[in-house]
Parts: sequence; C-alpha cells; structure tokens
Amino acid sequence: MARTAFLQGNEAVLEGALAAGARFYAGYPITPSSEIAELASWRLPGLGGVFIQMEDEIASMAALVGAAMAGAKAFTATSGPGFSLMQENIGLAVMVEAPCVVINVMRSGPSTGLATKPAQADIMQARWGTHGDHPAVALVPSSVSECFSLTVAAFNLAERLRTPVFVLSDEILGHMRERADIPDTEALEIWDRPRPAGDPADYRPYRPGPDGVPPLGTFGGPYVFHVTSSMHDERGVSANDAKTAAASVARLVGKVSRNAQWLPRPEVVRSGGGGEGGTGAGRPVLIVAFGSSARAARQTMLDHPDHPLTLFRPRTLWPFPEAELSALVDGHAAVVVAEMNTGQLVGEIERITAGRRAVGLAWRSDGEIITPEEIWAAVRRTLGGDGR
Amino acid sequence: MSTYLDYLDENALPLMWCPGCGDGTILKALLGAFATLGLKRENTVVVTGIGCWGKADDYIRTNAIHGTHGRALAVATGVKAFRPGLTVVALMGDGDCATIGGNHFIHAARRNIGVTAIVANNLNYGMTGGQFSGTTPVGSRTSTSPFGHTENPFDLCRLAEAAGANFVARTTAYHFKQMGQLMVEALQEPGFSLVEVVSPCPTYFGRFNKQGSASEMWRSLKERARAVGPGGTEAPAEAGSLEAPPDDGPDAPILTGRLVSRHKPSFAERYAAVQATAARAGEGAEPDAR
Ligand SMILES: Cc1ncc(C[n+]2csc(CCOP(=O)(O)OP(=O)(O)O)c2C)c(N)n1
Ligand code: SF4
Repeated sequence: MARTAFLQGNEAVLEGALAAGARFYAGYPITPSSEIAELASWRLPGLGGVFIQMEDEIASMAALVGAAMAGAKAFTATSGPGFSLMQENIGLAVMVEAPCVVINVMRSGPSTGLATKPAQADIMQARWGTHGDHPAVALVPSSVSECFSLTVAAFNLAERLRTPVFVLSDEILGHMRERADIPDTEALEIWDRPRPAGDPADYRPYRPGPDGVPPLGTFGGPYVFHVTSSMHDERGVSANDAKTAAASVARLVGKVSRNAQWLPRPEVVRSGGGGEGGTGAGRPVLIVAFGSSARAARQTMLDHPDHPLTLFRPRTLWPFPEAELSALVDGHAAVVVAEMNTGQLVGEIERITAGRRAVGLAWRSDGEIITPEEIWAAVRRTLGGDGR
Repeated sequence: MSTYLDYLDENALPLMWCPGCGDGTILKALLGAFATLGLKRENTVVVTGIGCWGKADDYIRTNAIHGTHGRALAVATGVKAFRPGLTVVALMGDGDCATIGGNHFIHAARRNIGVTAIVANNLNYGMTGGQFSGTTPVGSRTSTSPFGHTENPFDLCRLAEAAGANFVARTTAYHFKQMGQLMVEALQEPGFSLVEVVSPCPTYFGRFNKQGSASEMWRSLKERARAVGPGGTEAPAEAGSLEAPPDDGPDAPILTGRLVSRHKPSFAERYAAVQATAARAGEGAEPDAR
C-alpha cells in the first residue's frame, strides 16, 4: 500500500533498493552512508538476500560484479574515499556489462576531507572516474521521496542497460528526515535484465538485442557464458583488433544515449512569471541546480517572488539532459549554476549554452550547505548592471 | 566418463604460454579434476585475475569472469555468497593473489568462503616482464631487482592457514598426479581452499636466475619437492604442520602435499543460518541487537 513515512534519505534509499528487487549488498562502512549498510544487513537475509561486508571498497565493487553475473540485483553504498577505491571495478562492471547500483552519499573532500559534511564534488568523478571511454549514468535525488524513487529508477536502468548506475545523494539528504511518499510496491514499474532465449549453444553473451543491450544469462542457469574485462567479441573471447574495439566502445557508450528516453526527466519550475513572456519585474534567469543545492534554489525563488526565475533541476545528471536545457536558454537573460563544489557542472552548462547567454556560478566548498542568498547574489551578479 | 577435453575450448588453441611454462600443465590438471568430479559446466564458475595464468579462462568452457588484477577472489566471493551451490574457482598468479590481491586473499581465507584458489606461483610477474612479486625469494634477480631481491617472500600456505582457510595444499607443476588429486580435494571443500602450484617461468625467472633450460627448471622442481603431511613421505604426522623451509632462496626445498585440512563451518553454512533466523522473525522484525 502506498504510504507516507517520516524517513531519512539513507533509509529511503534502502527501501527503494528492496522495492526494486535488490537482494545482494557488498560494502564497506563509511560516513555518511553507513545507515544503508546497516539496514541492508538487517533487511536482506530475511528476504533470502545476502549482505556481505567486504575488506574494502575495491572488493565490494568486485563482489557486486560477481553477484550480478550470478543473477543478483546488487548494490553498494559509499562516500568519496570509498567511491575512489571503487573506480577500478566500476570499469569492470562497465566492460562486462554487469547491472549494479552504487549509492554515493557525497561528503566534503579531497581525501578524508570533512567526513561528516556535505558536498557535491564527486560529480565529475562519477562521470569520468574510471579510466577509458565509457558511459556513465548518475541520478541525483533532491528529496527523501526521490531517494526512494530514483533508487528504484537506478535499479531499473542498471538492469535494462546492463551497466553500473550511480545515485549521487549527499550528507544533507542522507541524514535529513522529512515526509516521504512511498508508493505501493505492486504499483511500481520494475524491470529485470533482458534474458537470453533459444538454444544455449547459440548464446553469445555480448550479442546486443534490439536496444543495443545484450541479454544476460545467470551462472547456474542453462546458458553457460564467459565475460571479460579485456576487449572482446560477441562470444566474450578477447579480441585485440581495432575494428572490434571501435564497435565495442561505440556500443557501450551508445546503449545509454540511444535509450535516453528511459532516463528520469528534469524538473522545471517557474516563478515570478519567469521564462518566456515573464510578467514579473526584472530579466528572467535560468537557475541550474540539483540535489540539495536545488532545495536552496527553490528557496531563492520563494524569497524573490517578483523576479522571473526558472529552476532547471536535472534528476539524471549523467548523461546530462542537454536538449531540454538548451531549449530553455534563449528565453532567459542569463544562466546561473548553483553547486556545492568549486565549479564542476558549470563547465558542462557553458558548453551547452555555447555563448548564447552569460553563465554565472554560485558555489560553495567548505562543507556547509549553499544558501538561497548566495544563489540570489549570483543571479544579481550575472545579470550585471543593476542586477534586475 | 568425462575427460579434461570436455572442459577445454579447443577453438582457443594454441595456448598463449611460452614453451616450458608450467601454466598449460596446471590447466590440464585442473580440467582433469573437473572431469573426475563430473562438474557441470553450467554450475561451475572460473574467475581469473590478470597475468599469464590469469589468461587460463580463455581455454575453459565453464562459466567464467576474467576480471581485474588482484581482484579475482573478491569477484568470486560475490558469486559464491549469492549462489553457494555453484563451484567457484579463482585462478591467480602470485602477483594477483599474494601481492596486489593480498588483502582479498587473507580475507577470503578468514571468511572461509567456499572458493577454491589455484595459484600458479612462478615467483615473479610473468605477464609484465618478470618483475618481483610477494613470493620472490630473497637474493633472486628479477627485472626490478637486478642486484638481487632484498625483501622477504610470503609463504602462501602458511599465510592461508593463519588466516583461517579450511584446506591448504602445495604441489608443483611437475607433480601432475599429486596436483590433480589435491585439486579434486580442494574443489570439494565447503570452506576456503588453496592449492599453490610452484611453477616454472623459464622466460623470465629462470633466465634471470640462470636456472638453465626449461627442462632443467622442471627437474629442479622434481628434486626440491618434499612431500609432507598425510600421504607424504617425509611425514610430520598431521595435516596442519607447516614447517618453514630451512632457507627460502630459489633452491630451497618445496614442502608439498595436503598441509591443512579442517572443518570449520563455511561462510555459506553460517549465513544460511542467519537467513533462516531472519526469515522466521518475519519482515521488519528488529534483530535483538538493535
Ligand atoms: C591494477 C593493475 N596494475 C598493474 C597491472 C599490470 N599487470 C598485469 S599482469 C601483472 C602481474 C602478473 O603477475 P602474476 O599475477 O604473478 O601472474 P603471471 O603473469 O606470473 O602468471 C601486472 C603487474 C594491471 N593489469 N592492473
Ligand atoms: S612469461 Fe613466464 S609465466 Fe608467462 S607464459 Fe612465459 S613462461 Fe609462462
């Protein structure tokens, strides 16, 4: 039954994972994500699932790959230092096309940094952290309800795309309690990986289906298969030739972009008659913010109801919803990006804006939450002149 | 009766390994052990790391994951923890297992997870050109210890015993029959099992250390082996007695045989009990500790 609950973001993530069918967790404790591990250790065994605390995050990520191939919907939760250690085997998951979910409850870095304080500074690491050309899928919740719904979405995407999917939450969301809407599990749309059909002797573990995603067997099932971190052909046998490599990389990257319609869409909120044909006083400004920063941006809008402001809030950070943002740019006088790092997303927004409008930045990187006032100041600064 | 050929991917031949390398012999012994046990290909998972021996999965027709350097046991742990009914085998070099993957090795043994580790210990990194590893003997030459190696080597079997493995054995690539028997035993072990196979790398370790031709290296394995433990000739009576060799240089004796065999509950046994308790308590029931 659908219910309203008073939950912490980390609790909602766990509820989302279980609702999506997660039955394997491997991880290593780290603040501010540890509640997810603790809850997993408690809830999974009774469901016939497995919780295992590994010796480090390198091993945790490796174990997810093994469990995924053995048929599990597998996940882990971590924060910056652990996310760094996971990068090697995130690449393994990409290459062997192992569906799995990695929750990064982001905290302030670099290194041990401010272990108990929030940041949004791992977003480029999520995009490019593992070496080599690869796709990245990262979802960014902004409320406890979304910690649930986007975790469900992350499992669905991991399964449908056969790739690791990140949920980038942060210390604020992870530890904050608020009202959350938890839908009825029966009512949720749940996806499983595409499965092979036909004669097991003809199964090719890397032969793509119509979506560009190869059906996946299960160790212990009738389809015997071989996967490898090396460049490989359809059979999973290593192949070193340039043609195979080019086709493999193109397919790995392309299977995400060609199925972009599966990704959660951005939220666009207007205030002060913002956007095209705005009636409020002042020139309209497009604010781009995600996660906790987007909550501050909403407050900026409430604080300045007579200034036309539009919030563009991606729910999928990678791949960035480029076309949707681009379509909004011309209707605004300026663009402002708000993020809790020294300016990572802003480069991407400048690329998409392509010089059409000035792009300003509200940033903060001291472990404190970005404030509505700081975002408003950036709006004024970017508009220039009298800031209206 | 099946034979090793039932598990060998003949399309993948010829083997990539150098003439005189031990890896081909170890592969044959392993696939022979699969055949002896009549393992079903569907229910068998081979996990490899990266290295010359780590390429063995290319020739094996069971399920397989060729993973990352040093992480084979961590991947294998994920497979086995989720599906304890599968036979899971991790193939690693000494670099994979004892060096970059040392942490996973001791923890897999401590956890007593039912994975069989088959380690081809050739005392160096074959794949990358003969650099030293965590098992390279003091004094030996490698491409990164040109003046002689200064660090002490691990004794993998003693390490596995101390860490908690249920079954620990050592053999050499020369001792084909013993190797096969030990593998058969290891593959039936519900807890963690290790078969360390001391193996020649004539291309690097042998050449750098002037150990003569490949056949001389094989002869040396034959001569240096000292069978100990049950079935051994030079018998400290019980399994579990792991004397250190008198010196650990390249010419030291190699203690072979089943060195440890004990029956502590495996990870799967203990976790199944947790699952049963949790299921009885019902969804949402709080564990006592909370
Ligand atoms: C993270 C990482 N570091 C380094 C390497 C390079 N590398 C590949 S194989 C190998 C050593 C292999 O030695 P060993 O495990 O003893 O196996 P062998 O080749 O001797 O069979 C190294 C260092 C790698 N693949 N990955
Ligand atoms: S380099 Fe050494 S370990 Fe590698 S195949 Fe050649 S002989 Fe074997």
